[in-house]
Amino acid sequence: MTLLVGIFFAVAIYLFLSQHIIRMLLGAAVLGNAVNLLIFTSGRLTLEIPPILTGYETTTGMLTANPLPQALILTAIVISFSFFAFLLVLSYRAYQELGTDDTVEMRFAEPENQDLPPLGY
Amino acid sequence: MNSFMPSTTFAVLLLPFIAALFAPALTRLLKHNAAWILALVPAAICWHFSGFLAEISAGEVVTGGYQWVPALKVNFSWYIDGLSLTFALLITGIGTLIVLYSGGYLKGHAQLGRFFSFILMFMGSMLGLVMSDSFLMFFIFWELTSITSFLLIGFDNKREASRRAALQALVVTGGGGLFLLAGLLLIWNVTGYSEMSLLLRSGSLLADSPYYIAIFVLVLGGAFTKSAQFPMHFWLPNAMEAPTPVSAYLHSATMVKAGVYLLMRLNPVLGDTMAWHIVLPLFGGTTLIVGTLLAIRQTDLKLMLAYTTVSSLGLLVMLTGFGTEKAIEGAVLYLVAHCLFKGALFMVAGIIDHEAGTRDVTKLGGLMTAMPITFAAALASAISMAGLPPFFGFLAKEEIYAGLWQVSFWGGLLTIVAIVGNALMFVIGFVVALKPFLGRRKLKLGNVHEGPVLLWLGPVLLATASLLTAIFSPMTHRLITSPMASAVEGEPVSAYISLVPHIGMPLLLSLITVAIGVFAYINVARLRALMIYALYKIGWGPDKGFDQFIRGTVRLSFRVTNFIQPGRMEFYMKVIFILVAVSILLPMALFDEWPAMPQWPDTISRYEAVIMAIAAVGLFSVLYAKDRLTAIVSLGIQGFAVALLFMLFGAPDLSFTQFMVETLSVVILALAMTRLRLTPTDHRPLKEKIFDTIISLACATAFVLLLLKVTQLPFDTTLSDFFTRYSLSIAHGANIVNVILVDFRGTDTWGEIAVVMVAGLAILSLIRIRTRPANAIAANDPAEEDERL
Amino acid sequence: MRTLIFRTVAPYLASLMILFSIFVLLRGHNEPGGGFIGGLIAASAFAIYGIACGVSPVRRALHFHPMAISGTGLLASTAAGMLSIFFKVPFMTGLWLDIPLFGDSIAVSTVMLFDIGVYLVVVGSITSIALALEERPNS
Repeated sequence: MTLLVGIFFAVAIYLFLSQHIIRMLLGAAVLGNAVNLLIFTSGRLTLEIPPILTGYETTTGMLTANPLPQALILTAIVISFSFFAFLLVLSYRAYQELGTDDTVEMRFAEPENQDLPPLGY
Repeated sequence: MNSFMPSTTFAVLLLPFIAALFAPALTRLLKHNAAWILALVPAAICWHFSGFLAEISAGEVVTGGYQWVPALKVNFSWYIDGLSLTFALLITGIGTLIVLYSGGYLKGHAQLGRFFSFILMFMGSMLGLVMSDSFLMFFIFWELTSITSFLLIGFDNKREASRRAALQALVVTGGGGLFLLAGLLLIWNVTGYSEMSLLLRSGSLLADSPYYIAIFVLVLGGAFTKSAQFPMHFWLPNAMEAPTPVSAYLHSATMVKAGVYLLMRLNPVLGDTMAWHIVLPLFGGTTLIVGTLLAIRQTDLKLMLAYTTVSSLGLLVMLTGFGTEKAIEGAVLYLVAHCLFKGALFMVAGIIDHEAGTRDVTKLGGLMTAMPITFAAALASAISMAGLPPFFGFLAKEEIYAGLWQVSFWGGLLTIVAIVGNALMFVIGFVVALKPFLGRRKLKLGNVHEGPVLLWLGPVLLATASLLTAIFSPMTHRLITSPMASAVEGEPVSAYISLVPHIGMPLLLSLITVAIGVFAYINVARLRALMIYALYKIGWGPDKGFDQFIRGTVRLSFRVTNFIQPGRMEFYMKVIFILVAVSILLPMALFDEWPAMPQWPDTISRYEAVIMAIAAVGLFSVLYAKDRLTAIVSLGIQGFAVALLFMLFGAPDLSFTQFMVETLSVVILALAMTRLRLTPTDHRPLKEKIFDTIISLACATAFVLLLLKVTQLPFDTTLSDFFTRYSLSIAHGANIVNVILVDFRGTDTWGEIAVVMVAGLAILSLIRIRTRPANAIAANDPAEEDERL
Repeated sequence: MRTLIFRTVAPYLASLMILFSIFVLLRGHNEPGGGFIGGLIAASAFAIYGIACGVSPVRRALHFHPMAISGTGLLASTAAGMLSIFFKVPFMTGLWLDIPLFGDSIAVSTVMLFDIGVYLVVVGSITSIALALEERPNS
């Protein structure tokens, strides 16, 4: 399982490092999963017993899956989805305005070969 | 001091700031006549402080204040002794005249209200500076004077020269302020006192401390920049870009004396050491000579006066450093005298400029008949400046010579320096006071006449004060000089010098001074030419150095910015991820906290293995997808595999959510992709690919190791147990995950749904935004925008 | 994708999914389910309907703008938290009320209101995203 998390991270970061914005987008989606799995694994794994209390007695000794990381991840999934959608639309708009999906060519905010700022007072 | 008692002094310290608040409105109402009302403010403060005269001259000190931050021993407290009282009276007394003078000088100016406001704010800051007892207050007011001075120098902000001068003054004095702050903090640290009044009673605690030299240098850094000592003198003449009332007030009478005030204030605790006796006279003497020499060169009345102000400050520093009782008395007398005559002369220069339209001394002449009142004030002030009887300057100069003259190398040298400096100031004083008024009327001047009462009132009153203080010298000494000198010296001192000539060495030295002065006055044109030639030969000065410094700073920061932010996204990404890897791996390597080699699980179920394999395959096919659809589908595959994993490890909620999210992701990705002509494959050179692979593998390894380490640590189940135990009993829910979401951690979830909604809104607005034509995107300049509209 | 079968089935499928989503939402407290999941199911229902039959029928069917639904949800959640003010307990404290109904008792709580709010926010936001993206070709 840990190894799998590693693979997720490797792929996500590799995708992030490639210059194409669409690949970075895919990287963002994978990275979300990678982080979720990381949290999930660090909360210890227990097989197949969901954290749902059966009956109405307060169980303490019963071994269930750790509910805390699950609650964290549940919101994380939804948030990362909205974030992903936002990134998608943002890059789509950027593509429309700038006509490129290559981050090397996306230099609107920080153009190349800027002049010195004015030296007067 | 512990309870908040309303105090008149506190109200008085606030008054200038309150008046500054109302000044613009008042000026709009009454035009320049608002000066009459606004002048009442400093006059009232002056009246309040003169009430302390009797008490202070009896040798007492007045303190008061409120606690501010008791935990840090920071108080809002004031301390009034002879030194601060004299300063307060000068600030408010001259301030009254300056406010009136400004009303006449800037009559009809569109920003007159703002000007009054700035002047009053400055007055409040300066007053606070000399009154402050606590270091923090002192520092705050110190910087406030720098800031208000910046505002006033740059008052005429449409001209580049003003802006440059303002910035220069702010950089120099503000930078010096930082030195001072460090010095004060060090004093605080060494002595444990945060108040002047306590510090002054600490005896030789500071002088004996091992940090003495550091404190000494830092305090001098503050004082020398503020008081324009060579080689930091250059900002003061440039500050003459300010309107003349400002030059008269800030840059001769008050603000520039703040550095001298600081030195005098700390003289009892920092003075009387080898370093003090050598460094102060050295810098002061150099400043005195350099200032007068540079003053000779000038033809502009204000600049001449500005350079003599520099040299006067040098003289004061020199005397404070010399430190004998007589020298201190001389410094005190000279400080008061200088305020009176220099303020008056600046105002005279302003009147001439205002009425005749020029300040160039070579273009002026014969104004005596046209402006008799101004001429009288100018002449009286010049005589005081030259150190001739019957004015206050005479007393000051005699006392200076009496203080400096010693039969020793050091005393002799400084005496010679003082004689040369005084002689040259004698020349400047008379050039300013005589040249514009005597001689033939220059034709170009046109019909010049006397200025209005608002203008000449100030110089006349100041000149009268010079005369009266000298004639009634015993009273002046009792009320002003002796208490102030005592405060500087740290022990009771009484001055007794009077106008009656006293045969002795000082008188002889005075005669020598006058002789040199008269000789130089006759040859002033030749001297000027000589100086101009000499400076031309040197070719470089600190003023030019300042420009180079500023340009260098801009260039350096530009290079640094370019290096850190080259504008290449993948550069940022690489840096971030390399740092991530390093920040995880480095501590592990340093503290040898590598996780133990994990055991391969004995029984790994077939489901698990298969699902994990699917996930891995999905991931790799995302990497190597040749077209968009494959990439999207592969993305979906790894997502569903994750969902299955969640299911396997007992998280059905997560699993469902993951399924839905992946479905929706794939759908919207597909929807967006159909509109984009993009290829998901990358066309980068192999070298970059390998480099990126190394980075990503390093990061991944780091995370794997971290995760291994975490899972090998003992597991703290306190929180999970809490939720498990109380889910039913408190929150009436069996699905613990959901109970955590909506009940235990409801506020978090609430925030998160707000985020989801904001994301939705952002996406909507991004999509709905009007598509501008491609060339319009460069036009984010508002001016261009306006042109297009 | 607008095949006849898909177009015919989509409305029924969508309405079934929405029913199911409400079911998931309500049972969420004691069994797997809850506002997030329910919301996502409903959102995908609308997305499917939109893909099959175009965006305007979906907008008509929704009657309100999806963002308005989202806003209502946030308001409901906030209100659920704020209700505790009237009982002088900290923000977001769960309040329960048993309403007898047909012999059985149904527990109504601010927590449930909160969950419904979550549901509405998720439905609204994600539907509006999906619809906006689907709408593009037409505009």
